[in-house]
Amino acid sequence: MTTVERSLPRLLQTPPSPSSKRAPRGRRGRSNGELYGWIFMRASGALLVVLIFGHLFINLMTGDGIHGVDFAFVGGKWADPFWQWWDLVMLWLAIAHGTNGMRTVINDYTSRAGTRLAFKGALYLLAFIIVALGTLVIFTFDPCPPGVAADLLPAICTA
Amino acid sequence: MTDMATPQGKDTARAKPLTRLTGKLPGSLYRGGEGMWSWLLHRITAVAVFLFLLLHIADTATIRISPEAYNAVMGTYKNPVMGIGEATLVAAVVLHALNGIRLILVDSWTKGPKYQKVMLYVVIGLFAVIMAGFLPVHLRHVFGGH
Ligand code: HEM
Ligand code: HEM
Repeated sequence: MTTVERSLPRLLQTPPSPSSKRAPRGRRGRSNGELYGWIFMRASGALLVVLIFGHLFINLMTGDGIHGVDFAFVGGKWADPFWQWWDLVMLWLAIAHGTNGMRTVINDYTSRAGTRLAFKGALYLLAFIIVALGTLVIFTFDPCPPGVAADLLPAICTA
Repeated sequence: MTDMATPQGKDTARAKPLTRLTGKLPGSLYRGGEGMWSWLLHRITAVAVFLFLLLHIADTATIRISPEAYNAVMGTYKNPVMGIGEATLVAAVVLHALNGIRLILVDSWTKGPKYQKVMLYVVIGLFAVIMAGFLPVHLRHVFGGH
């Protein structure tokens, strides 16, 4: 579905009905996929507001702000499963939402099928690598690695 | 031009005579004016935040190399130039988020379409309030002391 089609309910000032999200008849084998994508963008967006605003507030507004962000700071957060899961959900939702959104952007600016496929392939590959990397980092993280000067480590390591 | 490279898209030609008749299409989002600008801003902020996020996961991953490596990478985020960059990033995220909520309301709240323009002013107002709260604190961290 194109940007204009997606915004048709807004253009006509009527609330969208699920049927209006369906690809028009005659389009080659399109399904309700775009409808679910449309719903997902809204549901994930609503959750991301809380997750990202919370992330930015804790990391930039509290304590020394950006100057307080170092290994000890992150170690203190990720020693707590609450922040591990917060970051994991934020990572997955932000990448899924962003990737689905970028798919729309690519659809809008590419006209040749080959170019479109190449951009989308690169996008999905990148998204997969980033999600795998980010997930691995959160759950293999050791807040108190051995042989590191104590002043680089979070307070919990010496307690 | 490709398929849908502009928000007006290919139906501008059809819309023109109508516009001439009525002067202005009611609720003519995406035909220039504030509707088009908010659409463009939503898209630009979206792509910028997405690109930052890719970089951000990579810089965070250096924490698995060693504490020293991570602290060195984070050190590059603490100079004034990057400080301005962080403020710009936060502005982009806040704008995209607030306008995103507006889009959700326009589509799912029965009165949404009626108030879409009012809500755009609410978005701008909330954006100003949030940035007024954020900027002094952040800029003090970036430029003050240390
Ligand atoms: C200048 C602004 C930002 C700073 C200083 C910052 C800082 C950090 C830090 C220190 C961490 C490590 C763990 C933690 O503190 O929770 C982290 C992780 C993370 N941040 Fe941010 N962040 C910023 C903006 C953002 C934005 C805008 C997003 C979303 C679009 C985001 C998404 C994430 C994610 C998903 C993780 C988890 C990374 C992983 O799984 O390895 N951050 N960030
Ligand atoms: C913070 C909360 C967020 C909210 C409420 C939100 C909301 C939305 C909504 C409702 C849309 C759909 C617009 C439409 O269908 O016309 C959208 C599109 C998009 N979003 Fe978000 N979003 C948020 C965060 C993010 C983040 C963190 C990223 C990047 C990782 C992102 C990237 C995108 C992209 C690339 C699009 C497609 C833009 C376009 O088609 O022009 N968003 N967002």
